[in-house]
Amino acid sequence: MAKLPIDIDRIIEQFGPTLNFPKPEGIPGRDEPDKVVETHCCFCGMQCGIKLLAKNNKIVGFEPWMEFPFNQGRLCPKGVQRYMQDNHPDRLTTPLLNVPGEGYRPIQWEKAMDMTVSEIKRIQSLHGKDAFAVLSGVSLTNEKSYMVGKLARTAIKTKNLDYNGRLCMVSAGAGNKKAFGLDRTSNNYDDLEKAEVIIVTGANVSETFPTLTYWLWRARDNGAKLIVVDPRIIPLARTADIHLDIRPGTDSALFGAILNYMIEHDMLDHNFIDNYTSGFEAAKEAVKDYTLEWAETITGTKKEKIEAAAQLWGKAATSFLLHARGIEHHTKGVENVLSCINIVLASGRIGKPYCGYGTITGQGNGQGGREHGHKCDQLPGNRDIENPEHRKYIAGVWGIDEKELPGKGLSAYEIIEAIHRNEIKGLLSLCFNPLVSLPNNNYVREALEKLEFYVGIDFFMSETMRHCDIILPGSLHEEEEGTVTTAEGRVVRIRKVVDPPKNARTDSAILMELAQRLGAGDKFNFVNSEAVFNELRVASKGGTADYYGITYAKIEKNMGVFWPCPELDHPGTPRLWEDKKFKTPDGKAHFNPVHYHPSMDPVDEEYPVILTTGRVVSQYLSGTQTRRIGKLVEQFAQPLLEIHPTLAAQYNIQQHEEVRVITKRGEALFPANIVETIREDTVFIPYHWPGKKSANQLTSGHLDPISKIPEFKVSACQLIPTGKQAYVAKDAPDYKSN
Amino acid sequence: MHHYYKLQEEFFVDMQRCIGCKSCEAACAECETNGEESMIHVNYVDRAVTIQTTVQVCMHCDDPVCANVCPADAITKDEFGIVHTANTSRCIGCSNCVMACPFGVPKKVEHYDLMMKCNMCYDRTSVGKKPMCATVCPSGALFYGTREEMEKMRPNSSPVNQFVFGQEVVKTKVNIMMPKGSTELKIF
Repeated sequence: MAKLPIDIDRIIEQFGPTLNFPKPEGIPGRDEPDKVVETHCCFCGMQCGIKLLAKNNKIVGFEPWMEFPFNQGRLCPKGVQRYMQDNHPDRLTTPLLNVPGEGYRPIQWEKAMDMTVSEIKRIQSLHGKDAFAVLSGVSLTNEKSYMVGKLARTAIKTKNLDYNGRLCMVSAGAGNKKAFGLDRTSNNYDDLEKAEVIIVTGANVSETFPTLTYWLWRARDNGAKLIVVDPRIIPLARTADIHLDIRPGTDSALFGAILNYMIEHDMLDHNFIDNYTSGFEAAKEAVKDYTLEWAETITGTKKEKIEAAAQLWGKAATSFLLHARGIEHHTKGVENVLSCINIVLASGRIGKPYCGYGTITGQGNGQGGREHGHKCDQLPGNRDIENPEHRKYIAGVWGIDEKELPGKGLSAYEIIEAIHRNEIKGLLSLCFNPLVSLPNNNYVREALEKLEFYVGIDFFMSETMRHCDIILPGSLHEEEEGTVTTAEGRVVRIRKVVDPPKNARTDSAILMELAQRLGAGDKFNFVNSEAVFNELRVASKGGTADYYGITYAKIEKNMGVFWPCPELDHPGTPRLWEDKKFKTPDGKAHFNPVHYHPSMDPVDEEYPVILTTGRVVSQYLSGTQTRRIGKLVEQFAQPLLEIHPTLAAQYNIQQHEEVRVITKRGEALFPANIVETIREDTVFIPYHWPGKKSANQLTSGHLDPISKIPEFKVSACQLIPTGKQAYVAKDAPDYKSN
Repeated sequence: MHHYYKLQEEFFVDMQRCIGCKSCEAACAECETNGEESMIHVNYVDRAVTIQTTVQVCMHCDDPVCANVCPADAITKDEFGIVHTANTSRCIGCSNCVMACPFGVPKKVEHYDLMMKCNMCYDRTSVGKKPMCATVCPSGALFYGTREEMEKMRPNSSPVNQFVFGQEVVKTKVNIMMPKGSTELKIF
């Protein structure tokens, strides 16, 4: 069924989003907490250290954790307000059954589990094992990610398991595996400090990873030159030495031209290229016609600026290149990543102090989650699910016959497409809100409504969870022990501070009971999170993401350990490639030829403007948590259409006028914010909002052929002014738009 | 508890580093003393043309005009140079301080009918901690520590705490970071 049981406005009334504000009189018990617990923020990949204060089994506030080395007490507004997700009126505290016409009826756990397991069995007996899919998320700890992967493969026995990292780091992961044979940022952020030149491309660091800004400023204090590539003057770009405001979707043209410039001006590390890399000639051949003039035409950025950037990069003795979703959310996301890696390899500046490269992993456990659990083509330790050796090893750890282990399944968006085609009939999701976060979400909604059975585990009623037949109330970050792996590759400890409230359960308890009821209980006899981690350590042993030498005690003692850490006496690896032994089959770093080609939804006469999407500082991803925290909502109360005054004048659009934005997928109304800080040919909308205010009504489901990441960053659109001033969000609260 | 106050630590503000994230505002408003109002303010300079933001906190003047013009003696400066927010039992809500402050810092909070401003997190600084805003600031636009630490960290900038408003010279406890060699900021 998986349809809304009652009118959407009634659901919102009952389950929110509701805004949670701190009380003016203060929170009782904050001055004398029972516990002060050193843990981490629940949001982005920085995983800033934070202390949570608890009184009588309730979170009552936070205190900066000054000693944690990455952030030393620093926090962004999301981190400051993170504790407001606790004691929240919207919290799901009992299992619910979707009853058409009535709503969501509270039911006992026993009944919820019985119904779930009987539906999984019914669907699989009628339509095959793979007709039941699992969609997961990487806000989950390593332990939970590992359990989801094991549950899907050994208990549900489906190949169709994927995760929301598919919208996040997969292009970078695929690119890194091609080039280095391993998927992790090459350096920890200490190496930024004395880098001479830093390129930040497609990464709105100050809004999406605010605490990383500090390390970039530290580098600039030491004389670093900063080059920022972004179609908007983002906060980081405002004072950058060079800002390359390229047209969305032209990243590989820019980096191809820089590579060509480095070759033509012999700004190459020949020793490194000759001895430690392969594929240089093919990469060189691919860019031989990519002149600065050509690059100016394609990117819409002055060739003098590109040349200045190429010279800075080419001549530097030390450097760091960082990228994020801005270059990765494309149908050529992997190529964009490879074009960046090519200029790093050509410089030879990797595997040395202050010489770094890496993607900035977006989600809290985007790094660890993708290594050990729930990626459709992967097994723990970042192993390949199609590799016979890898399959044999994991089957051994799990105590199953290798033949029982499913093969590669569909990726996240392909799972939605398969549901739409009626090939997948049942779904378990946790920690994923695809109705807001996936592109073309009207199509996603149609797919969800076709499911015969949908069960979801979450702590809030996200927009997607409203479609569930059975809702299982799970746990918050601060309600279970575990580990996550930060964007730097540092494995850190997440602490349980309080118990799940009322009748909610820990995610681990729910996953273990499902496994037991599906007949795989013997494989889920974990006494605690540490026992799960200890099995994960063994499962990862010998893989590229080797955690075997990491223990809870070692993490606690050192405030984190960097993988790979293959032995118990190994100190961990903050900086990769110091030995220049890459993990590719030939042991060399690989150049890859990258030819520029246009995006899949190019502008034309009918759809003449480029639409790109991104984030704001006070919201996190699909907003399931942050659209429920009052102050974070007030900070950015509605999604605005950023548009340059020249383009606005062309359409006679006034400030805060409601503008109809139309793409081939759909249309929506957004208030104009006329600013000079964006390219004249591009408009920007942040994507955190649901329903009629969702930017993903407009984006396309075109996927990168390798990474299967959707092309969020480039859509062709029309703009039609309505002549009406837009409302202010107080009048029609956008955070809960239907 | 006075003996815990670290006299050698100072407050430094670097507008160029502000990323407009408002983490300082969120953290300040956590304080129950403020009744969930932030005593630090981040604003766009002119959003239509730039993303630049400014951050304004009480500068804690050596000779605080706000205290001098207060008819009720509600505002006092203590032995550590901290200019305290209006004493609630004395403040008459007249707004003299609001109009007199050269930095535009004090705000009259209408629903309390009181003037409110930053007291440099007295509850924290008096026990050796750093003010909340400068602790959480993710970019280092706000910093609380010693002058030596600052000079080491920012070799290309100089802290300035002398402001010239026409004929008026105002010295403050709070520093702003300016290009190397600067000694004062002239405001015309």
